Amino acid sequence: MTARRSLFKSTSALPGFGLALGYTLIYLTLIVLLPLAALVLRASGLGLAGFWTIATDARVVTALRLSFGLALLAGAINAVMGTLVAWVLSRYRFPGRRLLDAAVDLPFALPTAVAGLALSALYAPNGWIGWWFAQVGIKVAFTPLGIAVALVFIGLPFSVRTVQPVILELDRELEEASATLGATRFQTLWLVLLPPLIPAILTGFALAVARAVGEYGSVIFIAGNIPYVSEIAPLLIIIRLEEYNYAAATAVATLMLAISFVALLAINLIQAWSRRRFGYV
Amino acid sequence: MFERHRPVAVRTEPLLLRIALIAIAVLFLSVFLILPLAAVFSEALRAGLGAYLAALVEPDALAAIRLTLLIAAIAVPCNLAFGVAAAWAIAKFEFAGKNLLTTLIDLPFSVSPVVSGLVYVLLFGAQGLLGPLLEKYNLHIIFAVPGIVLATIFVTFPFVARELIPLMQEQGRADEEAALTLGASSFRMFTTVTLPNIRWALLYGVLLCNARAMGEFGAVSVVSGHIRGLTNTMPLHVEILYNEYNFVGAFAVASLLALLALVTLAAKAVLEARYGDAIAGSNRH
Repeated sequence: MTARRSLFKSTSALPGFGLALGYTLIYLTLIVLLPLAALVLRASGLGLAGFWTIATDARVVTALRLSFGLALLAGAINAVMGTLVAWVLSRYRFPGRRLLDAAVDLPFALPTAVAGLALSALYAPNGWIGWWFAQVGIKVAFTPLGIAVALVFIGLPFSVRTVQPVILELDRELEEASATLGATRFQTLWLVLLPPLIPAILTGFALAVARAVGEYGSVIFIAGNIPYVSEIAPLLIIIRLEEYNYAAATAVATLMLAISFVALLAINLIQAWSRRRFGYV
Repeated sequence: MFERHRPVAVRTEPLLLRIALIAIAVLFLSVFLILPLAAVFSEALRAGLGAYLAALVEPDALAAIRLTLLIAAIAVPCNLAFGVAAAWAIAKFEFAGKNLLTTLIDLPFSVSPVVSGLVYVLLFGAQGLLGPLLEKYNLHIIFAVPGIVLATIFVTFPFVARELIPLMQEQGRADEEAALTLGASSFRMFTTVTLPNIRWALLYGVLLCNARAMGEFGAVSVVSGHIRGLTNTMPLHVEILYNEYNFVGAFAVASLLALLALVTLAAKAVLEARYGDAIAGSNRH
């Protein structure tokens, strides 16, 4: 039955395969693939030398380093705090738990511009939180620190929502066995419970970093956007575009697209490794 | 007494540590999630309810609200139809390249919003690949409503499909095959068997898709041209007002978007609590 099946012949008796797949492929090609191809085509038109000149321009390098460095920092903060939050939300019972659990998705639902606006108001020197930092001489809003705050906000749900289901699936008997064998609770946490969470923590980290590198809306309100200091790569694309410097905008965008692909690849590798090592994603 | 407490002690952390961890988590979530939300409404109402309402009925704000609703009304049904078609093909049939197709559908989520907007400028802009052709027929896509629609469709592309695919894969083909065997037409099978099976997941996907469509900023910002009253969506209008130091106006419009987010979250929580099984593995986004 399977031996002489042609590539696209369906084994299903259901109707509509050709129509559904055809529509899917056409829509996908028109909306996603062709426009992305236009970007790559445009970038290849720059030639390797032209591309290299733009990519090594000091302002571009600084912006990319800022975007990438702060995305990694925010991802790391989220990996730690997201795991802690996921643990508390899934293991402990306390008043307001369900409300906080629902609130974790807020960064997914809240438009990025609103998030940026709210964070800049909070962390400005006269804001509810910024005032406290100002007392000890720390400026948060309109500095790279402010960008990090926005990126932590944006990335938090990725960490929590990736780790939480794995915590819920943990086998409680393992903990009991560990305790029965004489482990302290700390040893159980560190040696028995943490290792199976690591793939999920790494996946959440990679998802949060991938999102943070390209983030624009929530950042530009709080960043201050000073060239060489607090100018992120996506903003530089927009600035070049407004100067009608399509070549530079295309080159930076292609670099960022490449970074997203590397992140996507990293996520897939982590999950493949996890499947081999732990038998689940 | 000691014996009764022992099983609890080995299964959880000491009370003090538990309290400390809960306190850290609550404090962290309050500072990072609850306070920003509170700040939006507090700033919006800073000059009183009158100024708040006046900022919302101002003509440019109304035009932005109308445009945002229009964009969502076009983009969401487009991605809804696509999501159902893609899930039908991927979940109910076997074919080569299925995994690649699933990965490609998720692709827009990994692209920076700014890049998502840029690709359309490179395609349809005055200096774009198709720019001269469009100019010849006097068609405007970039810096006009069609460009905003396209960019919005791009960034919300996977939402419905990725909710439906795992659910429909899990449900299998038996229900539909039974309907066909009993003599139902394809259309009848779809409306009376498939749709009721997927309705809650569909609603869930549409909800998330709509929230993103109405709130998208980066991609839309690149293609819109920021023409007041014409190509300004609500998030773009927020930015313009903010840059003009009209903070009450900016936060007033932002508060409407924050309300949309709250309604989305509440509806999402209700759907998850009541129809969790019917939405399947949709906890992760």
